[in-house]
Amino acid sequence: MKKILEVKNLEVSFDTYAGEVQAVRDVSFDLYEGETLAIVGESGSGKSVTAKSLIRLNPEPPARYKAGEILLHGENILDKKEKEMQKIRGSKIGMIFQDPMTSLNPTMTVGKQIMEALMKHQKVAKSEARKVALEMLRMVQIPNPEKRFDEYPHQFSGGMRQRVMIAIALVCNPQILIADEPTTALDVTIQAQILDLMKNLQEKIKTSIILITHDLGVVAHSAQRIIVMYGGKIVESGTTDQIFYKSRHPYTWGLLNSVPRLDIHKEDGRLDSIEGTPPDLFAPPQGCPFADRCEYAMEICRKKMPPQFETGENHHSACWLNHEFAPKVENPTQIAKKLQKEEVQMREQ
Amino acid sequence: MLKYILKRLLMALATLWVISTLTFVLMHALPNDPFTDPKLKPEVRQALRVKYGLDKPLSEQYVIYMKNLLKGDLGTSIKYPGRSVSDIIAESFPKSFALGWRALIIAVIFGMLLGIIAALNHQKTLDYLSIFIAIIGVSIPSIILGPILAYFFGVKLGWFPVTVDKSEISLFLPSLTLAMSSLATISRLMRTTTLEVLGQDYISTAKAKGLSKTQIVLKHVLRNAVMPIITILGPLFAALITGSIVVEKIFAVAGLGEYFVSTITEQDYPMIMGITIFYAALIILSILVVDIMYGFIDPRLRISGKGGE
Ligand SMILES: Nc1ncnc2c1ncn2[C@@H]1O[C@H](COP(=O)(O)OP(=O)(O)OP(=O)(O)O)[C@@H](O)[C@H]1O
Ligand SMILES: [Mg+2]
Repeated sequence: MKKILEVKNLEVSFDTYAGEVQAVRDVSFDLYEGETLAIVGESGSGKSVTAKSLIRLNPEPPARYKAGEILLHGENILDKKEKEMQKIRGSKIGMIFQDPMTSLNPTMTVGKQIMEALMKHQKVAKSEARKVALEMLRMVQIPNPEKRFDEYPHQFSGGMRQRVMIAIALVCNPQILIADEPTTALDVTIQAQILDLMKNLQEKIKTSIILITHDLGVVAHSAQRIIVMYGGKIVESGTTDQIFYKSRHPYTWGLLNSVPRLDIHKEDGRLDSIEGTPPDLFAPPQGCPFADRCEYAMEICRKKMPPQFETGENHHSACWLNHEFAPKVENPTQIAKKLQKEEVQMREQ
Repeated sequence: MLKYILKRLLMALATLWVISTLTFVLMHALPNDPFTDPKLKPEVRQALRVKYGLDKPLSEQYVIYMKNLLKGDLGTSIKYPGRSVSDIIAESFPKSFALGWRALIIAVIFGMLLGIIAALNHQKTLDYLSIFIAIIGVSIPSIILGPILAYFFGVKLGWFPVTVDKSEISLFLPSLTLAMSSLATISRLMRTTTLEVLGQDYISTAKAKGLSKTQIVLKHVLRNAVMPIITILGPLFAALITGSIVVEKIFAVAGLGEYFVSTITEQDYPMIMGITIFYAALIILSILVVDIMYGFIDPRLRISGKGGE
């Protein structure tokens, strides 16, 4: 598969009155054509900042891109001028946001809001733009698009608005769609519809998706690969199966145990949330950011940031437990245990 | 929509009735009447009271006044004998109005401009400069600002006349003086609302579409930031129209403001009633117009019955 986006050692900080917030630290990943890559992590782990960096949407200042590269087709986004960025935003990379209730301009008809990007990037006439925008409304399955075109956002439900947002983001056929928690604010049933819609559209227009969420349940069926972020760093990355069944990082284990909708529960049916709070990004710890909350933490964890251990093919886990001298700790999640049980059963048969 | 406007008009009439009744009662509750001048002989005084119907019981006076009011007759002035209240208003109000609407336009245009510039340059020099202008505008009363402007632009630089004549340009300095505090108010409000809008999610959406900063401001910021301004336009307009007394004095404008003050001190009953009702009607009307305008600008408030899913 072809790489379309390459993020290398990205460091993003915010200069605030209280000091420098190191929101993203040494983040590297690739995005391939047509795939869905999920970024998961708790609140404040740097998911949105990372995603917004890809189209330079973090306000500069206070945001500062300290180091690294973001290569889109080999060209570094971080070197671009604002004018050049405007040509990329909305045309090569589209983005949708968490809250569909506030992400649309309340005083502009939804039709106009969809047409806008088209008229900016493709310099088409108004009538032509209207046609394409209508087609787009149809594609995101809004009933009665001709009538809905001239209505205002307040006349749409949350799910419908998120469909409009998707239409806006995809109207110029971008190669990449960034979806920052697109379903977090929606009802569970609507969530599934929106995720399905995104999947269908992805097949139709062959776009790559970066799906951000703090809910592993959301990505289980939509993403091929997962990046797990914590404290501004990538702590684990791998295919969806690797992360769900073969994770080698206690933080991921914690996340898996706190997913409500996975079909596996602990014996007592209780959900775990990870105890403790994320690290202070003003003065990030010198060692592993998760060490203070980790029940397996060793001496070295607090002293030295673990490297990305290769724990499988294209599977990396930044945890000292994967060092050859570390004590052997098994993946304790129910989901992994279930898989092991199944494997054992299969072997026995 | 029509039904809504009709309902509002009816309510306006009711409000007017309450205001005129209250004014009537309060006015007569004052210890003196128009003819308490000690130099007047009692017989003359009594004759005058009979002439203006003040000898009748209050309730009867009220009924007579209301009857005349319904016919559109505001009575004749006591202080300016022989001149009807309507005539005086008709003659002097246009002069106040001429200042008032010009001041409103100056205040709205420059206030909004200043507020937007400040917000777009948040915490930079231009922002602080506009806050500075706003503070000056609010804190210097027109009785000081007027003469300063008149001296500087009128006398020293000679750009504008210092008294009002028939020319358009002569209205500039008084309008500006009158506008200043409203301009400052609007600029501060506009700065706040613009900053608020700039932080909204839909601005991120607009940015993510690839729109330029100018396009974002023109298409997405302005209309949303202007909403709260529109709501205060009605009261502001009323304040500008009625608050021109000082400015009218400074720049020698024979407007209604002057009458408003003098008739109250002299207890010119028909004039007090007439001007109060006139001002009240004006204020109610301007608020009504603004409310209707608001409905047109903010689609969420459009009164059309349909909508929603
Ligand atoms: N404009 C800003 N100024 C200062 N700090 C910021 C700014 N934007 C983000 N941050 C900080 O960067 C860190 C990462 O934030 P980010 O929004 O990426 O988290 P997230 O992983 O998306 O979390 P959530 O699930 O809550 O959206 C946070 O500590 C946040 O406080
Ligand atoms: Mg976020």
